[in-house]
Amino acid sequence: MTAGLEHYLGVSALLFGLGLVGVLLRGNLILMYLSLELMLNAASLALVAFDRFNGTRNGQILVFFIITVAAAEVAVGLALLVALYRKRQTAQVEDLTGMKL
Amino acid sequence: MQEVFFYVFAALTLGFGFLVVANPFSRDPVTRAMCLVLTILSLAGLFVLLEAYFLAAVQVLVSAGAVMVLFLFVIMLLDVGAEQRRRAGRAMTVMAVASVLALGGVFARALAGTRLPAVSAGGAGMAGDVEAMGEMLLTRYLVPLEATGLVLLVAMVGVVLLGRKDLK
Repeated sequence: MTAGLEHYLGVSALLFGLGLVGVLLRGNLILMYLSLELMLNAASLALVAFDRFNGTRNGQILVFFIITVAAAEVAVGLALLVALYRKRQTAQVEDLTGMKL
Repeated sequence: MQEVFFYVFAALTLGFGFLVVANPFSRDPVTRAMCLVLTILSLAGLFVLLEAYFLAAVQVLVSAGAVMVLFLFVIMLLDVGAEQRRRAGRAMTVMAVASVLALGGVFARALAGTRLPAVSAGGAGMAGDVEAMGEMLLTRYLVPLEATGLVLLVAMVGVVLLGRKDLK
């Protein structure tokens, strides 16, 4: 039995779930960001798998753009984190209550 | 042979992914970041199995290389240190697990209700992969490609602006 599309989608879904748990349960912004990267990569895996089993290459192009934009997004996000850390000396979500009513 | 590699890489991906989210051995953020590097490398292995050779290379170079170096740099710059054990509340944990289970239910239902295509004819091989990707990028997807370049430029300017000392 060879690995079918559902196997790859299963791995992708599990990885996405792991990332979601990380984002929801971690209190540190950097660790949440790491989990977010995990979710992004899980989505890429699903796209590449669909692409392979449909015999096109459009999904691979989409993943290529995802990787590029993710790199830009990580740079901006980490710059925001550094700026925040300079101002408030913290990277814990519990300490960031400026917008709380 | 292929399925053996699939199971090996899938297990590695999920195992290291678990270590990123909840590492029972170490609470050091640097260790977690290194586990994420290994997760991304195992994912690149899965990409190779899916005959996406170009993407596997890009994944290793960009995601595992450039992006994770940035992550490690910021972790060390901020000196995050061992995560303070501020335990998530019980209600929060229950809600997080419930939402993940709900999402898993949605995925499972969607998978069960769909007829998935069987494997189609193989790709064009390793050299043809890059050639085909390049041709598609420079013809049909030229506008998105240029737009991505613009996004990268704007991100670079934004990062330089955000990194200034006298940020208003």
